[in-house]
Amino acid sequence: MSKPLLEVDRLRVRFGDSTVVDDVSFSIAAGEKFALVGESGSGKSITALSVLRLVDSAVTTGAIRFDGEDLVTKSERAMRGLRGSRIAMIFQEPMTALNPLYTVGNQIGEVLELHEAMRPNAARARAIELLSRTGIPEPERRIDAYPHQLSGGQRQRAMIAMALACRPQLLICDEPTTALDVTVQAQILALLDELQAELGMALLFITHDLNLVRRFTHRVGVMERGKLVEIGDTAAVFAAPQHAYTQRLLASRPQRVVQPVAGDAPVLLGGREVAVSFALKAGWFKKLQFVAVRRATLQLRRGETLGIVGESGSGKTTLGMALLALQPIAGGEVTMGGERIDNAARDTLRRMRKRMQVVFQDPFASLSPRRTVGQIVGEGLALHQPEASDAEREAQVLAMLDEVGLSERHGVSGVLNRYPHEFSGGQRQRIAIARAVVLKPEVLVLDEPTSALDVSVQQQVLTLLAQLQQHYGMSYVFISHDLAVVRAMSHRVMVMKNGEVIEEGESESLFAAPQQAYTRELLAAAHLA
Amino acid sequence: MSTASTSASATSLHMSPNARAWARFKRNRVGYWSFWALLALLLLCAVAELISNDRPLIARYQGQWSFPVFNNPSERAYGGDFDSATDWKDPFITEQFNKPGNWRLQTVNPHSAASTDNFVKIPNPAPPSATNWLGTDEAGRDMVARLLYGFRVSLAFGLALTLAGTLIGVAIGALEGYFGGRIDLGAQRLIEIWASIPELYLLIIFASIFEPSLLLLLVLLSLFGWIGLSDYVRAEFLRNRGLEFVKAARALGLSNRQIIWRHVLPNSMTPVITFLPFRMSDAILALVSLDFLGLGVPPGVPSLGDLVRQGKNNLDAWWIIFPTFATLTLTLLLLTFIGEALRDAFDTRKS
Repeated sequence: MSKPLLEVDRLRVRFGDSTVVDDVSFSIAAGEKFALVGESGSGKSITALSVLRLVDSAVTTGAIRFDGEDLVTKSERAMRGLRGSRIAMIFQEPMTALNPLYTVGNQIGEVLELHEAMRPNAARARAIELLSRTGIPEPERRIDAYPHQLSGGQRQRAMIAMALACRPQLLICDEPTTALDVTVQAQILALLDELQAELGMALLFITHDLNLVRRFTHRVGVMERGKLVEIGDTAAVFAAPQHAYTQRLLASRPQRVVQPVAGDAPVLLGGREVAVSFALKAGWFKKLQFVAVRRATLQLRRGETLGIVGESGSGKTTLGMALLALQPIAGGEVTMGGERIDNAARDTLRRMRKRMQVVFQDPFASLSPRRTVGQIVGEGLALHQPEASDAEREAQVLAMLDEVGLSERHGVSGVLNRYPHEFSGGQRQRIAIARAVVLKPEVLVLDEPTSALDVSVQQQVLTLLAQLQQHYGMSYVFISHDLAVVRAMSHRVMVMKNGEVIEEGESESLFAAPQQAYTRELLAAAHLA
Repeated sequence: MSTASTSASATSLHMSPNARAWARFKRNRVGYWSFWALLALLLLCAVAELISNDRPLIARYQGQWSFPVFNNPSERAYGGDFDSATDWKDPFITEQFNKPGNWRLQTVNPHSAASTDNFVKIPNPAPPSATNWLGTDEAGRDMVARLLYGFRVSLAFGLALTLAGTLIGVAIGALEGYFGGRIDLGAQRLIEIWASIPELYLLIIFASIFEPSLLLLLVLLSLFGWIGLSDYVRAEFLRNRGLEFVKAARALGLSNRQIIWRHVLPNSMTPVITFLPFRMSDAILALVSLDFLGLGVPPGVPSLGDLVRQGKNNLDAWWIIFPTFATLTLTLLLLTFIGEALRDAFDTRKS
């Protein structure tokens, strides 16, 4: 085996008295694609940042040898010469990683002028070349664009162009595709693959996406709570995981959990040619209409789950909000149990609220930080069951919390009087689910309910949702960009693009034989086809 | 250090957000003690009548008890000729109480804010002496009493103005921010027009039309004192109304009023609370400045601004300006310390 390009030896990173990275050793050979995979808080990003010595106020021990030199003991000045030239990095969110006040060309040119002492004109020519190499159309024009003028995918391409400017030997990619839509993700990965082969550089991937690891990397290291628990060839690790955590991580890919719907189940929620548009200001007196959803028609039967998939900006969340009458609609009609609820009178709507509830994506934003769990879950009951006594309502709240797995029985004590900040992301999502389900709604809109959760927690929440659906006979509208999750949860699936429903059908048949080119593209990008 | 910080974070995990803010506030020693010092001063002012008064706390006259601090009898009760309120600085009264069997218990400082000794030999303002610890002002009134009562007026006015301005500011900011759109647009333009009215001219005009009084001043200053705060509250509401827990509350069927009251307002109070002490010090300074210019409290009412003016007019009477200056500085410093501690306590970026 040749001498490794990067060798991390017993790396330990501490902040104050908490050890974030604990005794991590691995090596990457030149031209190798290595992934560090783990859930949030596993220390994978800190490990990567430590290689570039970009971690502030941390105590780092151990050795990081790059091409034979120890980076831990190197002077800051020497590190600066290394960063961006021999080791480059691309970040998760290209919008914040690029300076919004400078053009893309300026920022790429800066790297070249700094490390390769290029003259501005030469740097500009090279920047155009790099942009065209990363597949940005019209690079001569785009080089003078500011970051906000580019799309998410183009921004990430510009970031890559910047990182590759000095032909680094090692490229560190910190969740490079997480912020992007699936079809764009696939393109960016293909680009990285191509460039890696062409330039012969080594890649260090930091990711939580197991699919990406399996498809894309040679070797993988699995991290859990600061420790590297398993390391090996990707194929071998995926085929026969050794460590219990790796096994759990691999097993946490969504499993199909749906129960068949009764043949005579009545239609509960219906939308006919629902359209939603927003007024955009184009000037003092001019207004532009932005159509977020056009002519969406759907029916949801009792006990059924309708998955709505699409990329960001496809209008899936807006449609969900319109179905809940939380968003005024511009055309069509929405009915619940045969009654129209769009533009309904306040009393009708209030009565309907009990029958339809919602769970949002971000468990940190969806619970008011200044109310206790008891207040949060009991609030809807107080409103919709004013005749019940406080004790009765509290009993209902406790029973509900027990059902979602938050009670003494599950090792969570005194849950009623605790505040949301005391709970983890998965527990918070359970609280949000309890708040919705305690009203015994007939329809539950789930807006990306597991997207903010770690994979191992994700499966638990999905299982819980399936159990609740069975217990209460609820119908779900399941909105997600994650096709694997939608496939696991839905009876029927609607695919949306740019506000339009482009395909709809039974879940299994749609995933097995997609009719539309766009659906096929989505599936291919998600590695499901 | 390490064990202390871990145990502190462990206990703070189980506290409500307000309790955590209070714990953080307590950790700032200067701010915390400033808070108690200000509370003590407030309490002292509240019972100023029992500390500094020309009327005795208890008087015993020919076997009769009386409590002149609370109910001042007429001179006849003490052997005088006139049916008018007893002037306790009158040598005749002193003589009466020097007779055997009669006695009176004076307050710590036996002067009220308005009482003057008509029989002194030294011209006013008189320097500090055994009877007047900090001397007297232009009109021969005791400086300690003037300071104490002036301080009380300042604090009371500051509190009232802060409260009024905060209530109006929060209410208007909340409506603008929560409803947004046209209401917000319209209200913003009205506020811009309102804010462009020159406050000082208005005060001068009103001072010449109406009898000057603290209430009039309070109303006029309140009318303009809420604008800055309403902008902060508006911004907080604009941000918070878009959060998912507000959407979830709407999905539960809560009315706008319930959503504002239970969900948005409690999460938007940080700038309000953080600014309270600074607003109060601004209010106190505003009253001092207006008094200094003679546009503030009516003549005769004890006030710090009036004392500053007297100090300017009697530069050789150092006992007027220095204690006044010290009182003002101390008050404003305490308020600033409290404000800084509150700002840190509510800073979400700190653990």
